Amino acid sequence: MSASKQWIAFKTIFIKEFLRFIRIWKQTILPPMVTTSLYFIIFGNLIGGRIGEMEGYRYVDFIAPGLILMTVITQSYANTVASFFGAKFQRHIEELMVSPTPDYIIIFGYTSGGIARGIIVGFAVTIVSMFFADLGIHNFAILMSIVVLTATLFSLAGIINGVYAKTFDDISIIPTFILAPLTYLGGIFYSISLLPEFWQDMSLANPILYMINAFRYGFIGITDIDLWFSYGIILIFIALLYAYTMYLVKAGHGIRS
Amino acid sequence: MTCALEITNLHKIYRNGFVALRGIDLHVEQGDFFALLGPNGAGKSTAIGIITSLINKTDGRVSIYGHDIDTHFAEAKSCIGVLPQEFNFNIWEPIEEILVNQAGYYGIERSDAYSRAEHWLRQLGLWDKRHEIARNLSGGMKRRMMIARALMHDPRLLILDEPTAGVDIENRRTMWDFLTRLNQQGMTIILTTHYLEEAENLCRNIAIIDEGRVIEHTSTRALINRLGNETFVLDLESRVAELPHLDCHAVRAIDGFTLEVDIDQGAGISSLFDALNHTGIKVLSMRNKTNRLEQLFMQMVDDRRHP
Repeated sequence: MSASKQWIAFKTIFIKEFLRFIRIWKQTILPPMVTTSLYFIIFGNLIGGRIGEMEGYRYVDFIAPGLILMTVITQSYANTVASFFGAKFQRHIEELMVSPTPDYIIIFGYTSGGIARGIIVGFAVTIVSMFFADLGIHNFAILMSIVVLTATLFSLAGIINGVYAKTFDDISIIPTFILAPLTYLGGIFYSISLLPEFWQDMSLANPILYMINAFRYGFIGITDIDLWFSYGIILIFIALLYAYTMYLVKAGHGIRS
Repeated sequence: MTCALEITNLHKIYRNGFVALRGIDLHVEQGDFFALLGPNGAGKSTAIGIITSLINKTDGRVSIYGHDIDTHFAEAKSCIGVLPQEFNFNIWEPIEEILVNQAGYYGIERSDAYSRAEHWLRQLGLWDKRHEIARNLSGGMKRRMMIARALMHDPRLLILDEPTAGVDIENRRTMWDFLTRLNQQGMTIILTTHYLEEAENLCRNIAIIDEGRVIEHTSTRALINRLGNETFVLDLESRVAELPHLDCHAVRAIDGFTLEVDIDQGAGISSLFDALNHTGIKVLSMRNKTNRLEQLFMQMVDDRRHP
């Protein structure tokens, strides 16, 4: 398949994925906006007022970047896992499998859908955040690059979950029992410098910590961890997940008999 | 001339140990209308799954218009349009979108894809339904939509896995006419079906698979010629009191007004009418008792299983 035809195939998957989550915006875009508003009202305004400052910033301003990135993580993951599993469940993944579209274009296409949802919902949640927090932008390039890389990483993770999932229960187990704890313990609501040394070291094993800190740096210019180290960790995870996704799709795991 | 499809020594053993194909060889010429027949579980759908890359083969070689599916998978896949047995589309998508997306997977620009979708949806009587989500279509419409989808990239080889399953008689006939026109325009068509009348009417060549092996691979005409005789049912104008004696033909009475007559291959139908004229029996209408191919098919499968 020529490069121009591959580009058309990629655009087709992207448009299909984009329209899918836009068409069901009441399930995909609205709920995170409501949830984030509740976080801001409860943790930001009601409780946050009593906590005072964190790293020299108002508590609500400190947690805002983490809450936005948490939305990007959950939405990009949810998009690919639901879409890929849905395609398997309804068997329309076969439309792609019988076509000459290369495996990597299939992965890029689904991943781009997850990235698009992560960015759009992340943007919507940022608008909501502005009503509660004083959001200044310290470095826009870092903000955007971290959003795109984080959404890429979790879109790939979502595809892997979708490949392995056999039932609808299987697509909620990872988000509930792995993704949510890692996200909440990734420094959204606190600086890891507040933790005892042992737990600080343990936190460093959590990849989400690096994303949240780098993203927070993009907004308010502070981070617990070296910025370039964070980029390195994120890129390594993306490379590993991409290689594994490619292996699964090429082997037809869960797709071909 | 390169074969449209060439299968050599194809084996498939599933992970659970089930042996679906035991080294089948098949060739389908360009422009052929070919039937792949066999009882349930014979290996037809496994073979089609391997040809269309939905099932990984254990061993063997598959080549489509000279393109090996292992080494030149993109070229091979571009030649094939497939209608699977099961519905496999997103039920929440409008049907026009399903078709346009399918074309996109073959590298066809969206603007071109929309005009192709219009062409095939009009051909298959679905243009008025183009904005409907697939879920809202009837079973027959869903099948026709899937045929349109399979044709979006102008395949040279169309593979239909039970295309008329669950389709009413009127729609089945319309589909037969449509497929015949496609074949006359040069498209190679392979179909599997349980309606052997369908295979007999449409297909020039036939392969029969049973228990993972090809047990017959020949022309429809040659296969039919093997049938020793044919049975016809005659509806009579008036009741016959006793069974008439018709030279060279075995006769059975169904009731007073209906007879069943076996006619040997080569004897011809006119000899029957000559015999009936001698007895003074007037025939109102006459029809085949059973589908000829069905009779042969049952005989061959039965012979293999109860030698």
